[in-house]
Amino acid sequence: MDRSTGSNGESPAVSCVDVTVAYGHTIAVDNLSFEASRGKILAILGPNGAGKTSTVESLEGYRVPQRGQVRVLGYDPAKDIKQLSPNIGVMLQEGGIHPMMSPRDAAELFAGYYRAAMDPGEIIGLVGLEDVARTPYKRLSGGEKQRLSLGLALMGRPVVVFLDEPTAGVDPQGRLGIRQVILQLRNQGTCIILTTHELPEAERLADEVLILDRGKKVMQGTIHELLATSKGNTSVRFHTLVTVDIHALAGAIGTSPGEIIEEAPGSYRVDGDATPGRIAAITSYLAEHDIFMDSLTTGTVSLEEAYLGLIGSSVQ
Amino acid sequence: MNRHASEQRRTAAPFLRRLVVQSRTETSMTLKRGESLLLTLGIPVVLLVFFAEVHVLPASTRKPVNFLAPGILALAVMSTSMVSLGIATGFERSYKVLKRLGTTPLGRPALLAGKMVAVVMVEIIQAIVLIAAALAIGWRPGGNGLEAIGVVALGTVAFSGLGLLLAGTLKAEVNLALVNGLYLVLLLVGDMIIPLSKFPGWMATLAKALPAAALSEGLFHSLNGGTAIPPWAWLVLVAWAIAAPVAAGIAWEWE
Repeated sequence: MDRSTGSNGESPAVSCVDVTVAYGHTIAVDNLSFEASRGKILAILGPNGAGKTSTVESLEGYRVPQRGQVRVLGYDPAKDIKQLSPNIGVMLQEGGIHPMMSPRDAAELFAGYYRAAMDPGEIIGLVGLEDVARTPYKRLSGGEKQRLSLGLALMGRPVVVFLDEPTAGVDPQGRLGIRQVILQLRNQGTCIILTTHELPEAERLADEVLILDRGKKVMQGTIHELLATSKGNTSVRFHTLVTVDIHALAGAIGTSPGEIIEEAPGSYRVDGDATPGRIAAITSYLAEHDIFMDSLTTGTVSLEEAYLGLIGSSVQ
Repeated sequence: MNRHASEQRRTAAPFLRRLVVQSRTETSMTLKRGESLLLTLGIPVVLLVFFAEVHVLPASTRKPVNFLAPGILALAVMSTSMVSLGIATGFERSYKVLKRLGTTPLGRPALLAGKMVAVVMVEIIQAIVLIAAALAIGWRPGGNGLEAIGVVALGTVAFSGLGLLLAGTLKAEVNLALVNGLYLVLLLVGDMIIPLSKFPGWMATLAKALPAAALSEGLFHSLNGGTAIPPWAWLVLVAWAIAAPVAAGIAWEWE
């Protein structure tokens, strides 16, 4: 695929080509290339020190890469921040708002920066802060602070939004509200770059994931593609009261012993297709050996399992 | 310009609108800070009235208030433009407020101009309160008001530059301690409550190189009438008004 155009023929909203960011002799981002499109949510995942923050800060114009090309909506963030800034929204992981400032004051202030800003009252309503609209920022709960930060990022009707851990420390109801806002934005055609450690959140929201480790790209693709990289992308899990002979079970159900993993004492995962025939074979084997089974589930591996599989192998 | 750049319709609000909203917020935030009001209004008024009425300090004039009033006005300028601005900006930096603003269309010129407007607004309030208090205890000013405004403008730029230099390079807590320490030192050697004529020669020479003494001296001569502002005071003020903001601009780190 041509780097300058996405799959739909449009220029990517965000692109990095061979980008390297270093701090002295420490390389934070190593020759990284990726793209993100409008109307999509790209989750950037990786362990601490993977280069997520340096990558996103390069896109936001805070850092100047030592090598490579960064473009957001065609602009170089480090040089063209004046033209770019009205088109992007940034939500920091924490802080960024004066402690004495209320959500209403902050929304009115930010509205004054953009020619076609959203109505401050509309933003307050969108993120559900009507009841605390006049409360100083320092007295808001963690979830309320996150929602205010998200609302301010949307004030200028951005084309690209950068969200850093948007649901960290937020209660379940607040998470639901934040997710709804993010998905609504995506459906309106906004490109969303989401940085998070919370893999279930990425699984719920992201159209694509970019996995980084030690500054390098481990993979970029859809959630489905990531799950497909996992050795056991579907599995059967069961729990027994006694230990099972894995080699004997493998022989009985026609798989290799390596496909059967004892995840915890008495808890087994059999990787591979969870077909009715395989389930029947497992239960038959247990019945023949008089082994009591108290639970059995089937399903795909989680994003977390697939992620750990990738990161684990890359560390090796 | 590629297709994306030409497609964009989002633009920043006009500079004047950004400046107005930022100035309004900066002024409001400054006036909400109780400790800042104590520093910028409370302490100068107390020092003025106390030392004018209780003659424990040496004065260079027959009526202590004639020496103290310009000196305390200089102290007020220093406390607002260096201490209050520097501490507030340092904490804004540690709260990532400045980082956040860096990705909005506000822009650095509007941010700095907004802060300067807030400083000037507070200085106007200080001037009204302090001049009223000084008049009430017998000060009878005379001289060149325009010169005084020029001196205050130079002092404001110089001290703001110093405040932003420290705020933009040090951790908030270190900045807080250092700015307060500097405030105390400059209060003592700044010709504000103790005349430079009472200092040993070497110390007076050193003090004259600092912006505090130059500002006090400039205000004393412009507000008490009769004598011209000494050239060294203009020179020192102009030098600091150029050097401090330039140094702040070079050394500044957003977070």
